[in-house]
Amino acid sequence: MSGVVVRRSARSSRFGAAGLIAVAAVLALLPFVAYESVTSSLVTLFVLVTIASMWNLLAGFGGLVSIGQQAFIGVGAYTVIYLADHGVSPFVAIPLAALTAAVLAVPTSLLAFRLRGDYFAVGMWVIAEVYRLLLSRVDALGGASGRSLEGMAGMDQTLRAAATYWAALAVTVVAVLGCYWLLRGRVGLALTAVRDDEIAARAAGVDVTRAKRIVFLASAAGCGAAGGVLVIDALSVQPNAIFSVQWSAYMIFIVVIGGIGYLEGPILGAIVFFALQELLSDAGTWYLIVLGLIAMASALFMPRGLWGQVIDRTGMRLFPVGYHLERHVGTGRA
Amino acid sequence: MAADLLALRGITKSFGRVGVASGLDVTVSAGETLGIVGPNGAGKSSLFAIISGDLRPDSGTVTFDGTDVTRLPPHRRTRAGMGRTYQIPRPFEKMTVFENVLVCASEGGGRRKRAALELAASTLERSGLGPVANAPAGSLTLLQRKRLEVARGMATDPSLLLLDEVAGGLTEPEVAELVTLVRAVNAEGIAIVWIEHVVHALTATVDRLACLAGGRLVADGRPADVLADPLVRELYLGQAVTTGEDVA
Repeated sequence: MSGVVVRRSARSSRFGAAGLIAVAAVLALLPFVAYESVTSSLVTLFVLVTIASMWNLLAGFGGLVSIGQQAFIGVGAYTVIYLADHGVSPFVAIPLAALTAAVLAVPTSLLAFRLRGDYFAVGMWVIAEVYRLLLSRVDALGGASGRSLEGMAGMDQTLRAAATYWAALAVTVVAVLGCYWLLRGRVGLALTAVRDDEIAARAAGVDVTRAKRIVFLASAAGCGAAGGVLVIDALSVQPNAIFSVQWSAYMIFIVVIGGIGYLEGPILGAIVFFALQELLSDAGTWYLIVLGLIAMASALFMPRGLWGQVIDRTGMRLFPVGYHLERHVGTGRA
Repeated sequence: MAADLLALRGITKSFGRVGVASGLDVTVSAGETLGIVGPNGAGKSSLFAIISGDLRPDSGTVTFDGTDVTRLPPHRRTRAGMGRTYQIPRPFEKMTVFENVLVCASEGGGRRKRAALELAASTLERSGLGPVANAPAGSLTLLQRKRLEVARGMATDPSLLLLDEVAGGLTEPEVAELVTLVRAVNAEGIAIVWIEHVVHALTATVDRLACLAGGRLVADGRPADVLADPLVRELYLGQAVTTGEDVA
């Protein structure tokens, strides 16, 4: 009766999760062998991978294009500032920052989900501005000029840099594997259907709003954790910078060039974006012009991004979420 | 007599001054096959939208399996046992055919893990889509897309399947294949409501035929009687109502 054989992974994907953990393990040893300048700049890369993965989850799988995800980066950053004031170690505060962002995402979603498409995208930006304006008014959190982070002064400089690096790495690994876990399961299948055709998904029995809310909350949590890492790395927060729409621009750029709708896309895109930032750091305005040209060329000639090209050429999937029906013996009438 | 599986009572719906249903009453018993014909603009697709929950009627009630579902969203109706297809196929294009059916078995059919995989696989087998199981749904031909619509409806484990012009645009041999499939689905005890312009496909399949015009049923009964009805013939004026030749 049960002659159904379904394969979840491709040959190349044996590397996927295991490979990522191996790479993470190697990266975790880096503070012992590399200069602090290297690990410090990698923190930026890890934050980019995290927030881009969150945007990819939201837009690439939930169909929710947002330019207001900085709302949750800011909420996460301020959560760490606030908890540090009350004696919580900033590192312990990172998961709590993720939690706070996810909790605030519930009322945010009730408001934002009333909007669709472009209106949702812009509406999220407006909501992010509201978060910025509200937090700028709290004098205890530094008001409009921002504040420095408490509770790190007594820490040895080298140890602090290493701990920040490990925290950033841990957040990234959890974010990427979390996306993989979410998309491989039942929710992931439903979400992929919603992405392809919302009306048909409803007819298939998918609770579309619930599916979207799940990714919205997950994405907010990841951005909140990233905001926490940013504030620990910078040791201070400034509302205009942490709530800058530039974060959303980075996320979109990375996901578009890396490949939207593939878990591998944001990782590849973030590495390319990070390399461009390093290469063009002295190029002034040319930096922005080159980024713009790359984004346009990518959208025109590589609509599935760099990872789409990799798949076309090699068929490689590091994080397969699909189902491959191998064999079906017998008719198996229900 | 058992209670009706589906009952629409006094359904009225209009868009501005355009009425798509005016005091519509329709009932379907368990396991029954009902065909619906009617001229363009008669409100056939709106009727399905009201039954499946894509449209909320202005007044009237929809009862399914003894429960008032008038205010229930579409996915809840699917989970309650109401499968449907769309006139213009809406496959999940980037997902494979198997995944298309699997999501229906998992969400609409309420199956978990192994049971979902088995229901999806057996549905593909029954609907003749086994050979293209791992192809992206976006690459299918029209007949395969129509079959996939039916297969997705079947995979939600329905007690009622709503078919919206699944034979439209197909060649004669393809229509015959589809009729065979629909009859096989009905043979499993699943009630069918089938809107179709290809009248001979309906007469080869259904026990009962109804004609919808101006937002209400103008005829309802045995297929031969309905097609012989002067009003129905007049509505179909210019469209040949060729009844006799069975495709099966």
